[in-house]
Amino acid sequence: MAETVFWIIVGITVGSAFMVVQSKSLLYSAYALLFTFVGVTGLYIFLWADFLAVVQIVVYIGGILILIIFGIMLTNKITSVNISHTSMQKSVGAIVVLGLIGVLGYMVLKTPWIVLANSEPAETTKAIGRLLMMEYLLPFEAASLLLLGALIGATTLSRKEN
Amino acid sequence: MDNLTNYLLVSAVLFTLGLYGVVTRRNGVAVLMGVELILNAANVNFLAFARFGGNNMAGHVYALFVIVLAAAEAAVALAIIINIFNNFNTINIDDVSELKQ
Repeated sequence: MAETVFWIIVGITVGSAFMVVQSKSLLYSAYALLFTFVGVTGLYIFLWADFLAVVQIVVYIGGILILIIFGIMLTNKITSVNISHTSMQKSVGAIVVLGLIGVLGYMVLKTPWIVLANSEPAETTKAIGRLLMMEYLLPFEAASLLLLGALIGATTLSRKEN
Repeated sequence: MDNLTNYLLVSAVLFTLGLYGVVTRRNGVAVLMGVELILNAANVNFLAFARFGGNNMAGHVYALFVIVLAAAEAAVALAIIINIFNNFNTINIDDVSELKQ
């Protein structure tokens, strides 16, 4: 049962990711990206990362995807019906990408990965909070500074000059 | 499903699809979508190694930082794209080859 669900989620993720890069309509790409994010969330749950699954839903689907759809709407005339976008040099890109997936797949399958025995899914939120406040306090503060900088920078950039 | 290589292969496919989007799309927003795919692939890798490396929570913290960076990057990138649209009236990134308009 869980195996079937896993492969369905993998199918949703990869299929909609393919739609994202292949679809002619920019809005269809954005909607396919929604399903990719949902599929990746499912993968996170299979990887016992419950906290990060929720963060993925909140930040990616609630934040980044909305921003992207806003970007599409703001950079196209609302009257033009077909918000289309073209791809360039598809064949060359496909050859390079197929070569890359070949190399990556070969590497993944040939490397003897050391898998440590792990017991049970543990609660992650407490452990993440503890790590953020102890070992990773400096990166945590740096990330908050970066977010502040990005907030101010984005506001300044998109403000009307007068 | 309880197998590290499955997750790594899914992540590799996501990464290459994102890279394909970045190199073939000419619309700024579509390139940004490809970058998001690449970041998601990196996150799946982090969490897969965290789980199969003895439920190591450091991987979760790194994935959290990747999500934070992705949010900041998306906000700034879209501000830049909207500015480009205001200045050039297009977001085809091949047409945007001048520093000053």
